[in-house]
Amino acid sequence: MSIEIVDPVAEAEEASPDRRTLRRLGWVGWISIAVVVLALLMAILGPILAPFDPNQGDLSFANVGPFGQHLLGFDGQGRDVLSRLLVGARTAIFGAAAVALVAVVIGTALALVTAWFGGKVDATASVVIDVVFAFPGILLAILAAAVFGPSLFSAGLALAIAYSPYVARVLRGAALKERAMTYIAALEVQGFGAWRLCVKHLLPNISSLIVAQGTILFGFAMVDLAAISFLGLGVQTPQADWGVMVSEGKTSLLQGYPLVSISAVLCIVAVVAAVSFLGDRLDTSSKAVNR
Amino acid sequence: MIAFLGKRMAMLLATLLVASFAIYGALYLAPGSPIAALTGGRSVPPEVLAQLEERYNLNEPFLTRYWLWISGVVRGDLGESIPLRQDVSTIIGQRIGVTLQLVMLTAAIIIIVGVGLGIVGALGRKSVDFGVLLASTVSAALPAFAAAVLLQFVFGVMLGWFPVLGTGDGFVDQLRHLTLPALALAATSVALVARVTRTAVRDELDKEHVQTAVSRGLPWREVVRRHVLRNAAIPITTVVGITIASLIALAAVVETAFGLNGLGAYLVQAAQNKDFATVQGISLVLVFAFVITNVIIDIAYAILDPRVTLGSRAQ
Amino acid sequence: MSALLEVRDLTVQLKMDSGMREVITGTSLTIAQGEAMGLVGESGSGKSMTAKAIARLLPDGADVQGSVTFDGTDVLALDGDALRKHRAQVAVVFQDPRAHINPVRRIEDFMTESLRILENVPKADAARRAAAALEEVGIDDPGKRLRQFPHELSGGMLQRVMIATALLSEPRLLLADECTTALDVTTQAEVMAILDDLRRDRGLSMLFITHDLELAGAVCDRTCVMYAGQVVETRAANLLHGDPLHPYSAALVQARPDISSTAERLVAIPGRPVSAFEAPSGCRFAPRCPHAEDACRADEQVLVELDGGRVRCRRASELRGRLLDGAHV
Repeated sequence: MSIEIVDPVAEAEEASPDRRTLRRLGWVGWISIAVVVLALLMAILGPILAPFDPNQGDLSFANVGPFGQHLLGFDGQGRDVLSRLLVGARTAIFGAAAVALVAVVIGTALALVTAWFGGKVDATASVVIDVVFAFPGILLAILAAAVFGPSLFSAGLALAIAYSPYVARVLRGAALKERAMTYIAALEVQGFGAWRLCVKHLLPNISSLIVAQGTILFGFAMVDLAAISFLGLGVQTPQADWGVMVSEGKTSLLQGYPLVSISAVLCIVAVVAAVSFLGDRLDTSSKAVNR
Repeated sequence: MIAFLGKRMAMLLATLLVASFAIYGALYLAPGSPIAALTGGRSVPPEVLAQLEERYNLNEPFLTRYWLWISGVVRGDLGESIPLRQDVSTIIGQRIGVTLQLVMLTAAIIIIVGVGLGIVGALGRKSVDFGVLLASTVSAALPAFAAAVLLQFVFGVMLGWFPVLGTGDGFVDQLRHLTLPALALAATSVALVARVTRTAVRDELDKEHVQTAVSRGLPWREVVRRHVLRNAAIPITTVVGITIASLIALAAVVETAFGLNGLGAYLVQAAQNKDFATVQGISLVLVFAFVITNVIIDIAYAILDPRVTLGSRAQ
Repeated sequence: MSALLEVRDLTVQLKMDSGMREVITGTSLTIAQGEAMGLVGESGSGKSMTAKAIARLLPDGADVQGSVTFDGTDVLALDGDALRKHRAQVAVVFQDPRAHINPVRRIEDFMTESLRILENVPKADAARRAAAALEEVGIDDPGKRLRQFPHELSGGMLQRVMIATALLSEPRLLLADECTTALDVTTQAEVMAILDDLRRDRGLSMLFITHDLELAGAVCDRTCVMYAGQVVETRAANLLHGDPLHPYSAALVQARPDISSTAERLVAIPGRPVSAFEAPSGCRFAPRCPHAEDACRADEQVLVELDGGRVRCRRASELRGRLLDGAHV
């Protein structure tokens, strides 16, 4: 006896999540974007912007505070801290981006394959994924460093492998849902191949989820990579890298000169916080799309 | 429930087996001969070389070697560290205490502060809730090594309230030495746990069965205890379990930063020294600990949620 | 029979994102001892909120004016222990039993909770009383059911458990808020039969809330029809179906499809039901009423006595007996 009520306002709210996301960014969101843009500029233009040679040190200036063009003073080896920070952005940011990218690629491929074929393929893949899950990223990176020798590459690859199960798990659900839709079956019947259907149809429909996951992973990758370099098992000192700088600056810090370690830490924390915030916003809006 | 747990245990045992296989097999991925990897490129006298070949059965096929290793592991024999000339199990035994203390102290902080803040935020007034949200956002932005460095500087060097390096002697002194490391390790986890707790309790407060309890005239304290918190305990326990499991690897960073001679710190040193047997041994222990923690999470979940049947726990 | 529950001039405003919004306007009703009153209306009519106001279960920030008196006590002024004691006397049975029972505790725990905590009844005694209550609502093997978890029982069974639990506190008034809406028709009939039996056996007063006019007519002594936050008609239940006084009630009666007749089109009321704060001034039903005149839209309508009931329509006596004809008058 009741009459169906259609609420036009609620329908409009559901329609365009992107517009809503942009509106919900707020001032924190815009600051985050600014931080990310700044970080990217540092990463790309670092060596050009650096006023001094980041690897050239004069021990007579060791731990001297800021003056003149040396806006952040010198580190324990007499090198200009600001220059090292600018150059160090490269490995920190591009390294993390590469890790996130590779993890997303592997994870997406796994998710698509298991969602498409289902059955036994899905079951075996799930077992493999669960096993890799048992290895925390840092542990895998330490193992890789022991086996292949410490380097940014071995650490990065290890992290990418450690993260892919997480991506695969998240995407698998969405991919399965999409796979089960009738339009896919219709296209299959018409003779379209699996590869084409995956790329042309499954992929675009989970793309917002992929981007959201990638952003979140970037944050994790940056932290883990910096931690591994801090341990001496990633980027090797004396190469400039934020994680390495934290480690290098420790002796100075314990003597009361914290500038090196703290500035590197602040750079990392700022970028990670900004990316996490944006990734979180992306994630909620992509969840709304894929509901 | 029994079937559910049985299935999980089987899965985890399989995981452990495959993981141990991977850890053992990694040795053979190393460039150069296994001997070179074992000795870390150091030159050793030929008798030692012969001993090594004997010990590690390098003349046997790979699977046999793996089997011999894993059966040794089960008996407690984790091999020998070449640079230190000690049994790996001895090395582990000396250092596991520190790591366990650190992880337990961190876990205590995460549970008490994280869950506590979450509950306070969910049940309290808007201003309290906002404060909790702010604190957790700040805490979330501090990954372990960042927090370690900042804490070391502010509380160790500048204020001098806590020691910065080393493990200390005696119970109280050890606790003092572990305070900053535990806080550093707990930082991001506390934020995550607080957030999840707050959401879980909030969600539960809105549920209809809570309204039923109120409509029957039960005192609010009882309603919160028996229905809100009891039900929210399910997702809270899961997230607490997962964060504690993740501590196992992260402890390595904090131990290194604070100069604690725990398992994690030594793992890093061993990796740098190419002390492969030790790396294998400690890695195995850490993966084992990780797997066991997951088993405990699963058991706790099955106890708390009677709806769980054969599927895996809801994410 | 003296009035057990007396609601007078109840006006409720709820706190919404857009501000305070009125959902109930000047509603009054009385329920005598042992009487079953049906409260019928569509979504937004305010019927559920009326029940919530009586049970003191309104959401935070709600503004309540008017009075609710239960057995002489001012319900709205109660607090603390007195409020808890009142709750024991007014039992509520909710719509979706599965959502209203804690899924991680056993049925026995759910049923005996208030007995054990509020009245300090020992566990064994409480369990026995719970088992007896389960039998009373027609559940076999109560011992087994008590040990089970909610997810192991069907919706119909859970609703019986809810009713049984409501009885345990020996209430004098039962508020049934759409308690059969989530059930299939057969189960619905069973649950209604149980409620009816209980009422007669125990002399329980009942406020039965539903959107189904005929269902209310089957079980209740009197029926109260609400629209847009106001009571538009109160009448003896058996008379309402055949001789409604208000155009809205008539429309509800006509809109129910009758399986024995063939119609060309299903009758529907044009427009959609509104909440109190969305309603126009003057007669709130006027926009949808086939008998509305200018005077209806201009003036606020009041309740008038007519044939033993009350109706909020200025044309009621004029339209008497002709509302079900179907043609516009």
